[in-house]
Amino acid sequence: MTKILVVSERHEAKVKRVTLEALGAAHALSSKEGGQVAALLIGNEVASQADTLSAGGAQKVYLADDPKLALYSSEAYATLVADVAKKMDATLILLGATAMGKDLGPKVAAKLEGAFAGDCTGLALNDEGAFVATRPIYGGKAIATVKCQQAQFQVVTLRPNVFPVHPPAPSAKAEIEKVTTTTDFSLLKAIVKEVLTVVASKVELTEAQIIVSGGRGLKAPENFKLIEELADALGAAVGASRAAVDAGWKPHSYQVGLTGKTVSPLLYIACGISGAIQHQAGMSSSKYIVAINNDPNAPIFKIANYGIVADLFDVVPLLIEEVKKLKAA
Amino acid sequence: MNIAVCIKQVPATESKIKPAADGLDIDRTGLSYVVNPYDEFGVEEALKIKEQLDTGTVTVITIGPEKAVEALRTCLAVGADEAIHIKDDALTGGDALCTARVLAAALKKGNYDLIFFGRQAIDDDSGAVGIHVAELLGLPHVAGINKFELNADGLKAVAHRQIEGAAEVVEARLPAIFTCQKELNEPRYASLPGIMKAKQKPMTVWSLADLDLSAEDVGASAAKVKLEKITSPPVREAGKTIDGDTAHAVSELVRLLHEEAKVL
Repeated sequence: MTKILVVSERHEAKVKRVTLEALGAAHALSSKEGGQVAALLIGNEVASQADTLSAGGAQKVYLADDPKLALYSSEAYATLVADVAKKMDATLILLGATAMGKDLGPKVAAKLEGAFAGDCTGLALNDEGAFVATRPIYGGKAIATVKCQQAQFQVVTLRPNVFPVHPPAPSAKAEIEKVTTTTDFSLLKAIVKEVLTVVASKVELTEAQIIVSGGRGLKAPENFKLIEELADALGAAVGASRAAVDAGWKPHSYQVGLTGKTVSPLLYIACGISGAIQHQAGMSSSKYIVAINNDPNAPIFKIANYGIVADLFDVVPLLIEEVKKLKAA
Repeated sequence: MNIAVCIKQVPATESKIKPAADGLDIDRTGLSYVVNPYDEFGVEEALKIKEQLDTGTVTVITIGPEKAVEALRTCLAVGADEAIHIKDDALTGGDALCTARVLAAALKKGNYDLIFFGRQAIDDDSGAVGIHVAELLGLPHVAGINKFELNADGLKAVAHRQIEGAAEVVEARLPAIFTCQKELNEPRYASLPGIMKAKQKPMTVWSLADLDLSAEDVGASAAKVKLEKITSPPVREAGKTIDGDTAHAVSELVRLLHEEAKVL
């Protein structure tokens, strides 16, 4: 029987969307043969989040609620995931390909002497329960299909915004089992001392449904205000091209593309971005791409669903107005 | 302080990537190769620490074919003291954990206080090897750092790790592993004297036997994850350019996003 463990991740007191996407994927993979989908909830005073996990498709929730687990610890969290994975004899362990998942996944896989595939955009299980996964490589310039050789302790991180969430079942009630950390915190060799909020934009880039990005065409750092205003109107995250980041207009956490972030939003609006291959690699899996650029030969138009060849300083203010009008309607 | 930096030679960032005819690799015709950009941040950080302390050695380590020696030479040319090249045909077909076992064995032979990796190699984009090695060696790690500071006593280091919308400030007891993110520093370029000097610096070559490992431990037969094929990403077709005056084009765009794409 396929037994899948989804490691839940939270932002403030809410379960992240990527966790619900992982539950959706787990459900799709396990439903064929009556498999089991469990979630592991880690943190301090997080018990109330179990309902979201139940509604999202978890049949069982392992709850590790402990003040000592309030802040992320690679070692303590990985030990907990490995303990639960062993306890339920997990076929597959799913995490979001977030800062936490990218850290925790490889750690857990090594602890369990399991297998690891990171940042996957496609995932299936064969008859033996071993995964066949697709994952972008070379910054998205190629796609690798990888196959696991064993059907136990397979650790996979899933790229956000790719897998559909399970239709919410608000009345579902998962069985809750409390688990305790076995880590001696006084012996930890690495400790998160504090978390500094640097809030890049109000919505996190890699998990955003809509992204508005600015590039060299903005001409000066203060003009990013225009991008931010459009993003606000759309409830979107703000991104930047490497040119804008290298010019010092925005910190690296905004950068989309190779040596920056890879994003897959529903809608990506590129303003004043020519669309060099490095940039395309990070955003070409967006569902819809809009390009606004005054150079009709800019490569971005070759991959855009909709393009406007005009000065972004003319287009963006009008676009903000139109979006506001639509939202008000 | 003895510092090791694990590096990888990869195709240059701007390379056009196509699958090879057999679909089991990329077509490597005409590609130029560089030191993985994230690894360069590790090399630079190691050199800065050595300069700051005015003592210690910086060792660069790579696994790769004959050609990978170029990447090691580049690191020696910017100031690393010695290089270790692990090459063995039996390594073909291994996965990230296999790579990690080899590096862990190599790192164990040295007495390193600090070990740097790039946060990921820009070829397979796995981001797993540094973390795997930390677990195999029982060392603490901090992944994706963009700020690093050694404590005055040299026993601990504090690093900033980029997370969504925030930075985690992590203190780690040495020896420890750090994987490097952009923004950590500005890697230096090699000088001509540096390039000349690099030729005299020690270059050790190890096979699996030198590390007491065999193909069964780290080769294709030990790989739990196997590559099936490499394909090109789906091709995006150019869509429509919305003509007309700007005001009209913008309202048409919003209409299309709302009615046709249904994303607004």
